[in-house]
Formats: sequence, structure tokens, C-alpha cells
Amino acid sequence: MIESNRLTEKQYKDNFSDIHPPFENKTAAQVDANRCLFCFDAPCTKGCPTSIDIPKFIKQIANDDIKGSAHTIFKSNIMGAGCSKVCPVEKLCEGACVYNLLEEKPIPIAKLQRYATEKAMTNQWQFFSRKAAAGKKVAIVGAGPAGLSCAHVLSREGVDVTIFEKEKKGGGLMTYGIAAYKVTPEFCEDEVNYILAIGGIEIKYEQELGKDFTLAYLKKNYDAVYLGMGVGVARQLNIPGEKLEGVVDAIRFIYDLRDKGFPSIPVGDHVAVIGMGMTAIDAATQAKRLGAKKVTMLYRRTQEEMPCTQVELDIAKLDGCEIIWLASPQRVKGSKGKVKQLVCSKMKLGEPDTSGRRSPIDTGETFTLDVDMIIKAAGQVPYEKIVTKYKLDNKYGKITINEQCATNIKGVFAGGDAVNGGKEVVDAVQAGKDGAKAILKFLKIA
Amino acid sequence: MADISSNFLGIKSPNPFWLASAPPTDKKYNVLRAFEAGWGGVVWKTLGSQVKNVSSRYSAVDYHGGRVMGFNNIELISDRPLDINLKEIKECIKLFPDRAMVVSLMADNNRESWHELIKKVEDTGAHGLELNFGCPHGMTERGMGAAVGQDPEIACMVVEWVMEAATIPVITKLTPNVHSVVPTGRSVVKAGTNALSLINTIQSVTGVDLDTLVPNPYVAGKSVFGGYCGPAVKPIALKFLTTIAQDEMTKKVPVSGIGGVSNWKDAVEFMLLGASNVQVCTAAMKYGFRIVEDMCEGLNNWMDEKGFFTLDDFIGKSVDKITHWEDLDINYHHIAKINQDKCIHCGLCYIACEDTSHQSIRIEKGNPYNTYTIIDSACVGCNLCQLVCPVDQCITMEEHRVAPEYVNWIEWQKRGLPLNDH
Ligand SMILES: Cc1cc2nc3c(=O)[nH]c(=O)nc-3n(C[C@H](O)[C@H](O)[C@H](O)COP(=O)(O)OP(=O)(O)OC[C@H]3O[C@@H](n4cnc5c(N)ncnc54)[C@H](O)[C@@H]3O)c2cc1C
Ligand SMILES: Cc1cc2nc3c(=O)[nH]c(=O)nc-3n(C[C@H](O)[C@H](O)[C@H](O)COP(=O)(O)O)c2cc1C
Ligand code: SF4
Ligand code: SF4
Repeated sequence: MIESNRLTEKQYKDNFSDIHPPFENKTAAQVDANRCLFCFDAPCTKGCPTSIDIPKFIKQIANDDIKGSAHTIFKSNIMGAGCSKVCPVEKLCEGACVYNLLEEKPIPIAKLQRYATEKAMTNQWQFFSRKAAAGKKVAIVGAGPAGLSCAHVLSREGVDVTIFEKEKKGGGLMTYGIAAYKVTPEFCEDEVNYILAIGGIEIKYEQELGKDFTLAYLKKNYDAVYLGMGVGVARQLNIPGEKLEGVVDAIRFIYDLRDKGFPSIPVGDHVAVIGMGMTAIDAATQAKRLGAKKVTMLYRRTQEEMPCTQVELDIAKLDGCEIIWLASPQRVKGSKGKVKQLVCSKMKLGEPDTSGRRSPIDTGETFTLDVDMIIKAAGQVPYEKIVTKYKLDNKYGKITINEQCATNIKGVFAGGDAVNGGKEVVDAVQAGKDGAKAILKFLKIA
Repeated sequence: MADISSNFLGIKSPNPFWLASAPPTDKKYNVLRAFEAGWGGVVWKTLGSQVKNVSSRYSAVDYHGGRVMGFNNIELISDRPLDINLKEIKECIKLFPDRAMVVSLMADNNRESWHELIKKVEDTGAHGLELNFGCPHGMTERGMGAAVGQDPEIACMVVEWVMEAATIPVITKLTPNVHSVVPTGRSVVKAGTNALSLINTIQSVTGVDLDTLVPNPYVAGKSVFGGYCGPAVKPIALKFLTTIAQDEMTKKVPVSGIGGVSNWKDAVEFMLLGASNVQVCTAAMKYGFRIVEDMCEGLNNWMDEKGFFTLDDFIGKSVDKITHWEDLDINYHHIAKINQDKCIHCGLCYIACEDTSHQSIRIEKGNPYNTYTIIDSACVGCNLCQLVCPVDQCITMEEHRVAPEYVNWIEWQKRGLPLNDH
């Protein structure tokens, strides 16, 4: 049965508390800060998409200069606080830390980053100010990590920025997508406000491109436009029974969870989650944490090819989620309009496909799971309709840009998930920086 | 099992580890605990003139997250009544007759005071006396401590007074607050001291509080120069020790090595450079008396491994390995080698050599790991890369002699071989 309010208030609180708790005190942070070797041309920095000078910020913590440390981080990544909580560090900075080569635990870079940035946010240390007005106006679509990061760099150079955001809050998927045990809504709001504190950035909420205004309007009223609208809904499965009650979109499911409060979110007794990316993991673990009795994750390839990292898979396993590899959903069976069963094909691996991964082939055999809820998390679909409507060059809806972050339309730039089809927050932050740099060049500022 | 028992001027102890004259040896309670823990002997906290201490008294230098790399104090000699000290010394000797009991002294600057003090101390049954000519603060202003140790003539005079009265072995403790300890060392040996010990603490300022702007240690808004000791002073102590062990006059008497001894390895190094035993203060003040267990076991295991049966088998063995610069072999050359299987690509060797040495490390950029290799022709064999490498045995220095024969600086010049040719 699908129902909400399955747990007590305390259970909800415990289940959604911070998955990576911060350092308890200065001594704890310094023990780890002092372990850092202060590498030259540091591998960890190369592992960070925003190229934060990690050895430097860690040394600043070790030397009691937390302000300097936070500045070093924010200088490269204005969402450094959020990133410290959500980055899949095992495949980024920490994955590259030289200690791995000694079979030793890497430096807890994200935890140290959080230590410095959290202090900066709590104390409202502001490190950046606007240059004299440049007399230029830029419009940004989407107040997600890409849009905010782009806006911040532009504002520092004296550009007036207006962000058009279709939702009621800023932060993008940081606010509406990422698992609740990584960041809280309050934190996301604080982070947006911290970024906006520089001034010169206005966010117009509940303003949707294609509905409330057009690209032509932006082009006419602004000197340049940056598209950072991310990607949209979850990919359709295109199988019979997909419209039955109980089949939900992971993004929608998580959005509600983040927006409406845990007790009001209904989950089934036995939930099947389709996919093995970050979104799938988040959906599965959070369904379990909302009180689902059993959660089964299905993936059509094997662990070798899975898009999530081992650390994420372990989180799902530790939460008690079951995993079935080489399983592809074929049909949803229901009664009285509600989900009752999911029929899956057993797959095997064939030749490598265009992604270089071996593609799954149907063996012809099937099996059936008794489920009352199915969460679709087999990737997200870009906003193909809007992109095509405005005649932006694209690949299956992913906007095509050149090295200068420019689209085929003059003065229109793009970046983030809308371009790459869905990566990490930290990639979007870097995309925003790159976009801003290109726009400044286009506007002949700096 | 090696025999680690020690015989210093006939003063026997089950091991060569004594506690130096300082707070750990300041009263019966501490000393009995030290003996129970296994310390071979103690030098009782300096007795003598009447004093009054202040608060606070200590400060330290921390390094890279580690506490107390160096330790600093502004304490004076014993501030307890003399008769209580004497009574307790007697009781300790009775309870632990197999341990060394040496008493440190600093009397007022006249013959009578010294004679009187020596008489009283000898009555306790103590095995030896140590003359504190080293305390760098508080006492010097009154013409005592380092003020004596810094002036060979005064030191000589005081030792002569002492030798007139003493019937048990006398060790003279030297101050390092001089450019060389040898002149005072020679003059006290001439005056008849039976042994030397060194070093006492080094004058220092450990730091300044960046909030109050008052240096450490803090006493009502002021500070004074203190005496520095602990691991940070070990290299300085070893240097002073070597000069004493090499000097024709001072090498005739045994030396008790002091200054930053924290473990068995430090102790062995002191002994290799000529110390017959060692004294410890800071390490005990940081961790308590239990550190002696590791010291005894480590020393024993090392001796077994090296095939030394008694302490005398290795005491002084490294003294003649420290020579004069002009005697070094200029044809000796070694070159760094990076073991690529062990390298973790931290780049520390590269940046050290590139920025501050001889640009002898090649970098091939990689993502995320760069590859670093030595440019043999450019390497001068300075050791810097090996010293900064965080991985054990990753960088080794391989011998590549320039020529087979030994040629020193004097010979080099004589033959008119090239200079400033790098
Ligand atoms: C479930 C889930 C979990 C994730 N977990 C992590 C994680 O743990 N760590 C991590 O680093 N990354 C994670 N990600 C990925 C990360 O959230 C994104 O890569 C990142 O948010 C992309 O930033 P963006 O600015 O490009 O797009 P978005 O964050 O998607 O922001 C786009 C913004 O544009 C707005 N918008 C869209 N269309 C319009 C329009 N037509 N008009 C106006 N506004 C519009 C949207 O409302 C949104 O606010 C996760 C993603 C999902 C879906
Ligand atoms: C707090 C303190 C008090 C000391 N008091 C004396 C003393 O009274 N007489 C003395 O000869 N040396 C005294 N010393 C010096 C020590 O005996 C010893 O020479 C010095 O600390 C170096 O050894 P270490 O590095 O093991 O501490 C004192 C040292 C400290 C730290
Ligand atoms: S932003 Fe993310 S990837 Fe970069 S250093 Fe911080 S935690 Fe690591
Ligand atoms: S790789 Fe690891 S040890 Fe080296 S600088 Fe980065 S965090 Fe520090």
C-alpha cells in the first residue's frame, strides 16, 4: 500500500540527518589538516572541477587562518559550502589524493572545506565586492548552480544580472534534487542568500522561459543571455503500464520530499527503483528512509558499468536496498488502476556500445516482482522542446556550445546540466564561471 | 640479551637513563614513582640558595600539529626547605639502593656556602654531586648558574672549592649559552671535576601571543627569557657534546648527555657521540615516567641487533666520524634516485629542488599524477629531495664517485683542481 506518515517525528529526523557530519572542533580539523602533505601541482586540485587550491586552503586551516581558507575556496567555487556536502569526492578531489597511493585514507578534503566555509557563512564573512558599474545587463535563465555561479562572477565585474527562475526558490537541483540527508532546505536558502549578498543580482522567481517570456525578449532587453536551466523530468520507460497509479518520476518524488516535508510523502510497501545513477540511489535510499518496507533497485547492466560510485552504492546497500543487476523493466501489471507487479527481462552483456560500455541484451527470460510503487530514475531528459523551439543547436536536447560557451545564437551562452546532460553541482559551478568569462569577453569587460 | 647496566664514575644504575635535575626529581613522591617505573637514576632538583617562583612558568613550541617540540621554563632551583629535601633524598636511597642518586647543587657564591651544602648532602648517602653552572634565568642575576658556567675562571674557582670538600664524584653541568662549551669544560676539568654533563637549557623566547601581544610564558602582562629544552635542542646538544668528546683535555672525563633525549634512539645517538649515560627532563614532563620502558627495550633490541654486549662496546663510536670540513672527500658523489613504484606523485621533491636547489628533477605532467625523475647530470647530491619526500625509502642516494681516490680540500687546491665550476 502506498501511504504517507509511516514514521514518528524522531525517526524522520534520524533518517534524514547529515550523512557526513562536520568536524566537532578545531583540534579534530587540525589533525586532518596537518596530515595534508601540501603537494605541488596537487592531484586533488586537478580532481576538482573548479580547481580549488586545496593544499593552500588546508594549510590555512592548519595555520589558524580560517578566513583565508574560506576565501581560497570561494574564489574558485562560490558554492564551495554546498559542494563540500554534496560532491561525490571519491571520484573527484579525494579520489585523487596521493594518500590513496599509500593505501591510506585520503585527506577528508570536503570535510575540511565544510569546516572553513560553514564558519564563513555563519559569520557572514563576505569576501567579494562589485567593481564600478560596467553599464551592462545580463539575463540568466535558471537559478541553479550554473546560473548562480555565472551571476556571481559577472556581478563582481560590475555587470547587472537578472536571473529568471521558474520555481519559488533558488538553488536548482541543489534545493530540489539532492538527497535531504546531504543538504537541508535551510542550508540551500542560506547559500543562495550568501551568494546574492554581493549585490547586483536580482532573481525573478516563478518566471519560466517559454511560458512567461521568450528568448527574443531577453535578447532584446539584455546585452547577453546565459542559459542554465538544467535538465528536466526523468526519462520515460516506454513500457506498458507506465501510466498506472504508483509509477512515479524520481525527480518529482525527490522534489516533493524536499519541498513538502517528509511525513507528507507517500511511499509503497515494496518499491522498485529503476536505474543506478546518483538519482536512483537517492530515490531508493530516501524511499527506504521514509519507511518503505522493501526497496529493490534494478539495473540493466552490471556493477562494472554502473554510473554511481561505489560509495553511493554502499549507502544504498547499508540502507537495506536490494539490488538486481542485469534486469530491464518490460511491463507494469496492475489492478484497479494501481501498480501490482513489475515484469523484468533478464539481460546479459553484449558488445561495447557507443559509450564504450558493453550493451545489455535481452536473454528472453523474465521474472516478476510484487511491488506497489515504481520510481523511474533511468536518467533525465533535457528540455528538448524549448531548445528546439528557440532554434538552439542541440544534441537530443542538450544545448551545443563552442569553446567560448556560446550557442549558435549570437549573445546567447549556456552551461551546466543543460549542456552536459547532467553531471555534478561542482561541474555546473565551473560551467557558470566559464560562461561568465566568455560573456565578459563578449561584452569587452575585463 | 644485551647488558644495559651502567657504571658512571662508580655510580651504578640498572640502565643508563637518569632523570635530569628538574621538576620530575623535585621530591620523594616523584622520585619514588620514577624508580618504580624503572628509571636508572635521578639527579635531584638543584638545592642551594633561597628562592621564590612565579606563575606561570612554562611555554612551548608546537610544530605542524605536534605539541612541545621545544619546551621553555622560567623556574628557579628548588623552592622547598633544604632539610625536607635532604630527608627525602635519604629515604629514596634507602628504598631503592640499586638506583643512582645524584644531587644537583647551586650554593651562594662563596666557599663556605658550598662547603656547608656539600657536607649536608653527603650526609644523606647520595652517590654523587652535580654542579648547576647552567641555569640561564633568575639565578644568573645573582652571579650564579650560567653566570658561573659562562666564565671559565669563576667556574674553575667554584669547582676548586667543591673539590676541597667533596668525597663523592662531582659532575659539572655546563651551560650552552656560550659560543663554545670547551673553555669552561677545560677549566673545570683542570680544577678537578670528575665528570661533565651537558647541556642545560638555552635562553629563548618561544613565541608571542597574537591576541595580547605578550610573549610566552605570561606573568602579569610581562615575560622574561626562559630556558629552552626538549626535542628542538637535541642537535645543538649533540654538537656541544661532540666538541667535549673530541677535545684532548675534556675527553678525559666521562660525560652525561642531556638535551632533548626523548627515546632510545636519541639516547644511543648521545652515547655514540661520547656520552656515558643520558639524562631526560622534557620527554618525561610530556608523557610521564612510563617512557623509560620503551627506552630500555629499544636500547636492548638495538644492541642485540648490532652485536653490542655492553654499553662500553659502543659509547663514543661516532666521535671520530665528525671531522673538519677540509678533510672531507671531494671525489665522493651521490645522486638521488626516485623509486617510481613507491612514488606517490606529491611533487614535494620537485618543487624543493626546482625553487631552491639545482633544478635537477624532471616533471612530466599527467592527470592527475605527474611523473618525476632525476636529471643525473644536474644533481649535486644535496639530499634535499630525499629529506622532503614523505615516503620511506622512495628516494635513495646512490653512490657515483667522481674518481676513486680520496682528495680533500687542501689537496684539491694544491693540485689546482677547478673551483666554482658548477
Ligand atoms: C536526484 C539528484 C541527485 C543529485 N545528487 C547530486 C549530488 O549528490 N551531488 C552533486 O554534485 N550533484 C548531484 N546531482 C546533480 C546536480 O544537482 C546537478 O548537476 C546541478 O544541480 C546542475 O546545475 P544546473 O545549474 O546546471 O541545473 P539545475 O540545478 O537543474 O538548475 C536549473 C534551474 O533552472 C530552472 N529552470 C529550468 N527550466 C527553466 C525555464 N524554462 N525557465 C526558468 N527557469 C528554468 C530550474 O528550476 C532550476 O532552478 C543530483 C541530481 C539529481 C537529479
Ligand atoms: C622546568 C625545568 C626546570 C629545570 N630546573 C633545573 C634545575 O633546577 N637544575 C638544573 O641543573 N637543570 C634544570 N633544568 C634543565 C634540565 O635538567 C635539562 O638540562 C634540560 O631540560 C635539557 O634536557 P631535556 O631536553 O631532556 O629537557 C630544568 C628544566 C626544566 C624544563
Ligand atoms: S568542490 Fe567538491 S570536488 Fe572540489 S575540492 Fe571541494 S569537495 Fe572536492
Ligand atoms: S593530494 Fe592529498 S595530501 Fe596532497 S595536497 Fe591534496 S589533499 Fe593534501
